[in-house]
Amino acid sequence: MAISMSAGAGTEPAARGAPRDGTAIAPRRRDMKRKRSRVVRERVIEAMLFLAASVSVLTTAGIVWVLVSESVTFFRHVPLWDFLTDTQWTPLFDDAHFGIVVLLSGTLTSSLVALAVAIPLGTIIAIYLSEFASHRVREVAKPMLELLGGVPTIIYGYFALLFVTPLLQALIPSLPGFSLLSAGLVMGVMIIPYVSSISEDAMRAVPMALREGAYAMGSTRLQVAVRVVMPAAFSGIAAAYILGISRAVGETMILAVAAGMQPNLTMNPLEPAATITAYIVQVALGDLPHGSIGYQTIFAAGLTLLLLTLVFNILGFWLRRRFREVY
Amino acid sequence: MDSQTIARIRSVIAAGKRRDLIFAVLGVLALGIGILTFLALFVDMAIDGVGRLSPEFFTNFPSRRAGQAGILSAWVGSMLVMLVTALVAVPLGIASGIYLEEYAGKHWINDVIEINVTNLAGVPSIVYGLLALGLFVYQFGLGQSILTAGLTLALLILPVVIVATREAIRAIPGIIREGAFALGASKWQTVSDHILPYSLPGILTGVIIGLARAIGETAPVITIGALTFIAFLPPAPVTVEPPFVNFDWLTSPFTVMPIQMFNWTSRPEAAFHQNAAAAGFVLVLMTLGMNALAIWLRYRLRRNLKW
Repeated sequence: MAISMSAGAGTEPAARGAPRDGTAIAPRRRDMKRKRSRVVRERVIEAMLFLAASVSVLTTAGIVWVLVSESVTFFRHVPLWDFLTDTQWTPLFDDAHFGIVVLLSGTLTSSLVALAVAIPLGTIIAIYLSEFASHRVREVAKPMLELLGGVPTIIYGYFALLFVTPLLQALIPSLPGFSLLSAGLVMGVMIIPYVSSISEDAMRAVPMALREGAYAMGSTRLQVAVRVVMPAAFSGIAAAYILGISRAVGETMILAVAAGMQPNLTMNPLEPAATITAYIVQVALGDLPHGSIGYQTIFAAGLTLLLLTLVFNILGFWLRRRFREVY
Repeated sequence: MDSQTIARIRSVIAAGKRRDLIFAVLGVLALGIGILTFLALFVDMAIDGVGRLSPEFFTNFPSRRAGQAGILSAWVGSMLVMLVTALVAVPLGIASGIYLEEYAGKHWINDVIEINVTNLAGVPSIVYGLLALGLFVYQFGLGQSILTAGLTLALLILPVVIVATREAIRAIPGIIREGAFALGASKWQTVSDHILPYSLPGILTGVIIGLARAIGETAPVITIGALTFIAFLPPAPVTVEPPFVNFDWLTSPFTVMPIQMFNWTSRPEAAFHQNAAAAGFVLVLMTLGMNALAIWLRYRLRRNLKW
């Protein structure tokens, strides 16, 4: 002990092996101090990491707070009943009407057009890539599809307005320059990668044994894909569809550019119409004073949009829970 | 088995094979529609826009005359906003990912954080714009500035960075942690010396994809009230005189690439549509370049996996 003390009082082994005699008290204390500072440092770091993680919760709280508090002032001026049942949306006119149904019709119509494109094509692509395609085709096709999903939506808006609309006008001469159809079609193509990649992941997670069993019974590839793999992966495929729906409902720029910004209560995709998101953009582009009723409408519209996507997310959560297959 | 039965079985097999083939063709067609659309979009924009691409296009301010208009204020604005976004989202996202993977125990608060991150990824981007308008612009008084836009987009891509960080960390086998702990390393030492360096390429992939998304986002930035016509540059972040750095640019009005493109697209004159195509072409090249880099990184990563 005496040797170790004289050799270097501060070294760890000496301190750790220090006996109960008085000579070792000082290094032991130093060691404990170091240990305590290490514990403190670890705690501080953990607390900082926790704070960083709670930013996301604060974000959600902030979203809900901003939307609800502005909407509450809005609904003091406009009765909720009028908001839900009025069939006109003219918030900036002298004769102001606040019927959200008008904007909802645009949102739903364009989303339906988009989903009519994205769900069949996305599902077919997912089945093809997961069950039919060779490894090499998949390695090339998947990144290509991912790139499709990475294109900024304003680019799709330009494409819808100046490429797809003239093309459609050649087929349907009565089509106006702005229409839900062309915006919806392009939006559908934009959503394909979301639907296909998540569906494909779900299908690939189905155990090989299920497929082998079906093949052993003499099934064809298509039968295996449609009758074995798809039902087994249903919860994942449903989640992909739900994600596609919430993308479509929340999409903004394609509609703001190519569907026109005129409120129009219609379910006809051949007409122009404003969606909830396009209305928010339109108001934001203008110069509305903070606190005016027009300013508050975009928060009420935003709250409607958030609730709409929330409903779909809860539905997706329920579907996943209800139909989850565990292997 | 008589020949009739055999013939029947053969025809069933043939029909099954035919259906398989038809579906495979359908699959290739569906894939083709997606990829063809992408090519059409790219080529259409290139044909319309390439004529406008010149050095002046990058060094001119927007103008009433389409032929003289350029994207100087737009690309400078985009770069500065991305700087703020990256500086906020990267540390916050990595820290959150580390907390959720390495520190969070079984506690309801951690479950709340986890569910919350998943849900935030599904919130439409324009809602983030409304959050920023109500909170950053008016409540905090940050105004319609580069700082506001950067913070908004940072919150928007935070889930992307968090998810990428978590996935990268989850791929590291437990023996690495156990080895470090066995040698007396503390939790943070294990994380900072081992977990973080090993997961860095994966995290980087997520960060690049997130930033590529942020640079193309239009809706939230319009919602906070960014102007569409800016004919000046924000004050330079670096100065010649001491103290060499200048933070005035954070509070400066700005415009970004996608907003400039939106502005030109929504004008009726065809000459401005050409400008929109040129700006769009530059924007697509930027986002595609970033995405391709991320995909390549991930590919390399998968190939060099050590465990």
